Amino acid sequence: MPMPALTTPPAPNVKLRMEHVDMLFERDGKSVSVLEDINLEVRDGEFVCLVGPSGCGKSTLLNVVSGFLSPTSGSVTIDGEVVRGPDPRRILVFQDRGVFPWLTVEGNIGFGLSNLRVAERDQRIAHYVQMMRLQGFEETYPSDLSGGMKQRLQVARALAVNPDILYLDEPFGALDSVTRLIMRGELLRIWQTERRTIIFVTHDIDEAVQLADRVVVLSSRPAKIQDILTIDIAHPRNISSTRYLEHRDDLLRKIGVAYTV
Amino acid sequence: MSPLVRLRPVAFIAVLLTVWQVAVNRHPGQLLPGPWGVLRGIGDLLHHGLLLKYVVASLFRVTWGFLLAAVIAIPLGLTIGWYRRSEMAFNPLVQVFRPISPLAWIPIAILWFGVGDLAAIFLIFVGCFFPLLVTAMSAVHNVPSVYVNVGRNFGLNTADFLYRVLYPAVVPQLIIGSRITLGIAWLVVVAAEMIAVNSGLGFLIVDARNAGNRYDLVIGGMVIIGTIGLLLDSGMRSLERVKSFRWGYSEN
Repeated sequence: MPMPALTTPPAPNVKLRMEHVDMLFERDGKSVSVLEDINLEVRDGEFVCLVGPSGCGKSTLLNVVSGFLSPTSGSVTIDGEVVRGPDPRRILVFQDRGVFPWLTVEGNIGFGLSNLRVAERDQRIAHYVQMMRLQGFEETYPSDLSGGMKQRLQVARALAVNPDILYLDEPFGALDSVTRLIMRGELLRIWQTERRTIIFVTHDIDEAVQLADRVVVLSSRPAKIQDILTIDIAHPRNISSTRYLEHRDDLLRKIGVAYTV
Repeated sequence: MSPLVRLRPVAFIAVLLTVWQVAVNRHPGQLLPGPWGVLRGIGDLLHHGLLLKYVVASLFRVTWGFLLAAVIAIPLGLTIGWYRRSEMAFNPLVQVFRPISPLAWIPIAILWFGVGDLAAIFLIFVGCFFPLLVTAMSAVHNVPSVYVNVGRNFGLNTADFLYRVLYPAVVPQLIIGSRITLGIAWLVVVAAEMIAVNSGLGFLIVDARNAGNRYDLVIGGMVIIGTIGLLLDSGMRSLERVKSFRWGYSEN
């Protein structure tokens, strides 16, 4: 299928494909169109950011792709298999309250591992405690963790079940800007070592340009794919380099925001 | 808290008791028996083995009435709350029954069960059932959808979902509701025992007055009721400090 906005030729190793995805919500007897004809292919191991104005339907799209909502029409396929519901092979990370407050750090990371043998489970937990730098907090409850640590914990719980795709719904949106910057670095580090496919929803333009291989720009409601930008800068990215700034300005222009304050 | 701050309520009670005793000494036989008289009354009860017997009788009724109500009302309330449609069907009925004082059921309790333990247990059951039902219904509503979605995402089956997501998510609210309800049960048992049985702390109070105006025993009974109520409440409250429940009691 031709993909007009795709700047690179379609790769053979397509992981996830959205085809003519439409979403209508019934509200007060009227039907409101939220997503309109979304077509997108995501390659295996690719990091894709979805950006767009708040309330445009980014999260709705992520909920459709992850199987929590069924599209009104169109389809989402992963490895050629139609998505019919949430699936532990693809984990959604939420912005807020995503970790279980009644479980410790260890309990949360091990949440999806109950069918493993105890030894293997403990080993997996220890591995992700280490990776997410949560050492010393294994027995701690989330109410005693900082916002950044809670999000690291949520990512650790997701990675522990070894998913092939990670969906992140503005995961750092509730954090302060310094923590957010650190968390992006951590996420990239994990993505580079574990090589999962990541679809990341954000309204933060810098975040998208720092993280993504490709940035998908959605229009305001109903959300359509307005543009797709390829960010061909190797990691780690220098966020004051000319290339970086060019990409960022390009994105700002495409979203239609002036870049003076 | 420093020991001095902890001593404050004790000191306050001591002052009140002193004032009480002084007032009674000045007007003997007009107001009430004094604290010393009450203490002697309680000693009498202990001596005759009645105190322990009545306390056990009252606690026995409260335990059975409360537990029966909890075992039925909590699962029922959670189920009704989970299925919105069943809630629409049940809620009006619940709201009609809820404001009826459990004491209004006394004639029916005696009609069905006669004078005895069963009638008292039934009254406590009725008094606990609706508060627990409403608590369980609202506890389900208050479960954040994120927890439900995470449970679905990790592919839990229904049993696992109930045990590992829904149950821990509602427990803190159920504990608060149970604590309040146990307080209600303790109020109801005293009233029920005044009418429906011949033993227990409520019976003690009526009997002490009827059988010879023993107001020292009336007040002694009241003191015992208050003390046990306090102990029951602090027992329930200690559950709120369990680490895996504690999140439910502070914003996080």
